[in-house]
Amino acid sequence: MSPDLLLLIAKATFDTLRMVAIAGLIGSLIGLPIGIFLATSGKGELFPAPNINRIVGLIVNATRSTPFIILVVAIIPFTRLVTGTSIGTKAAIVPLTIATIPFFARLVEAAIRDIDKGLIEAARAMGATPTQIVFKVLLAEARPALTLALTMTIVSLIGYSAMVGAVGGGGLGDLGIRYGYQRFRPDVMLIVVVVLIVLVQLVQSAGDRLARRFDKRSRKN
Amino acid sequence: MNASVPVFDDVTVAFQRVSKRFAASGESGAFTALNNVDLNVGRGSITGIIGRSGAGKSTLIRLVNGLEKPSSGKVLVDGVDVGALDEAGLRNLRRSVGMIFQHFNLLSSHTVFGNVALPLEIAGMDRRAIEARVRPLLDLVGLADKHARYPAELSGGQKQRIGIARALATEPKLLLSDEATSALDPETTQSILELLKRINAELGLTVLLITHEMEVVKAVTSDVAVIDKGEIVERGHTFDVFTHPKHETTRALLSGLPGSKLPDAVARGLKPAPSAGDRAVVRLTFFGATAERPLVSQLIKSVGAEVNIIAGTIDEIGGKPYGSLVVAYAADAETSGRAERFFTENGLVTEVLGYVA
Repeated sequence: MSPDLLLLIAKATFDTLRMVAIAGLIGSLIGLPIGIFLATSGKGELFPAPNINRIVGLIVNATRSTPFIILVVAIIPFTRLVTGTSIGTKAAIVPLTIATIPFFARLVEAAIRDIDKGLIEAARAMGATPTQIVFKVLLAEARPALTLALTMTIVSLIGYSAMVGAVGGGGLGDLGIRYGYQRFRPDVMLIVVVVLIVLVQLVQSAGDRLARRFDKRSRKN
Repeated sequence: MNASVPVFDDVTVAFQRVSKRFAASGESGAFTALNNVDLNVGRGSITGIIGRSGAGKSTLIRLVNGLEKPSSGKVLVDGVDVGALDEAGLRNLRRSVGMIFQHFNLLSSHTVFGNVALPLEIAGMDRRAIEARVRPLLDLVGLADKHARYPAELSGGQKQRIGIARALATEPKLLLSDEATSALDPETTQSILELLKRINAELGLTVLLITHEMEVVKAVTSDVAVIDKGEIVERGHTFDVFTHPKHETTRALLSGLPGSKLPDAVARGLKPAPSAGDRAVVRLTFFGATAERPLVSQLIKSVGAEVNIIAGTIDEIGGKPYGSLVVAYAADAETSGRAERFFTENGLVTEVLGYVA
């Protein structure tokens, strides 16, 4: 394998990691409060706002049901507004972030809804404010599930990031399409696939391990 | 004050004509959970509210710390109308009322220490003060050596002890117990009840507990109210209610107690009227001083005939000795007459259950 090719792969991997890291960070930071809101704002819940809850849920669903590749193209004007360009790694971060937010939010919502309602009642009986319940009870209890949600989000992001290669987004997907597909370099394609598999495996096992450490619900600890 | 006959001139919780109706929602129609409930919980008492599931007892106990609001009527805690409090006022009240739950409701992510510390963190206490408060509580419930364990590593009884320590953390004057022993085995139930009794005696804490188990009421409460279909059908000192149950719901709940049920073989053969040669089956209830006298040997002597013991139990209710004995003897007029004379002379409460061949 030529040093040039190695360099290309290294750069593409770095680009992918950068896109995933930035989109994952911003997307989950925005997705987390939205997820908490979705899980706590129904009728009779901690922050009851059923109408806003419904509207936010609708927006989340709409974003989730748009195929990612369509989302990338559809929000080009917005992407250009934010980054000044619509191609390249930097531009790809925008749709990746937009796609991450509702994805993570729904996972957060599910993780929080999964917590025994008895804990919320116990906290209320202690005189906790709704905010205290969120931070001291819900987030603490959901930590293993949230860790797994973040893991799943990053894994999906790695997949999405390969897709933005199709629209000049840079990274491993871009490399695979330009070299592996368009220039008939099956060796490059193979390497891209292997690197992606390794990345996903690493993220998944790190996430699983972390979640297990946070999870005190079984006797094994 | 005589420990076994508590007198409460002072009231911690007062329900005044409290009703609670739930509006129809989804598939469930509107229903009345509580109907015109009047009830006082004496300061320093252990008051039990017993009823079948769906009788409204969960709703009743949740009115005390404002987890539910009454539809009408008032719930007073130390004279404060709970229904009239705003959210901030309710939070204040809740910090002075502890609560324990059937399923413990502990945070799986927190250690034993962390769980007991939680209400103090919520109250904004600093680390050092929390430490100083939590340690003695863990001693009190016997879990000091488990402070760094997680709930999943502990047994049900230990979990409920954490629940109790947590409920006591803010030094409440009132403890609400929501079926706290219903998920525990009988032995563990007894140890948790002993702990509640001790806390009641040592800390002067008023305990209001709801349960569907007569055993629990019998073991710890000084006062009891029986609730059925949202209404209090009977109330009083536990001993009086147990020894002279008036309402059929109370009787039905009591019939589940060991010693109060006839052996199946006897129950099946029971007839309402005697024929020649039959024996009478009679329940003797004795309590107070009579519970400590050698009545059986005296009975046999005075009746002068064979007396069979069919079922019996000696127990303590609300701290007082109580016995129930089912005996059978010849149902002829002469024997019955002697037996009745003996019962009257000794002040025994009797009930003829029927006749067997």
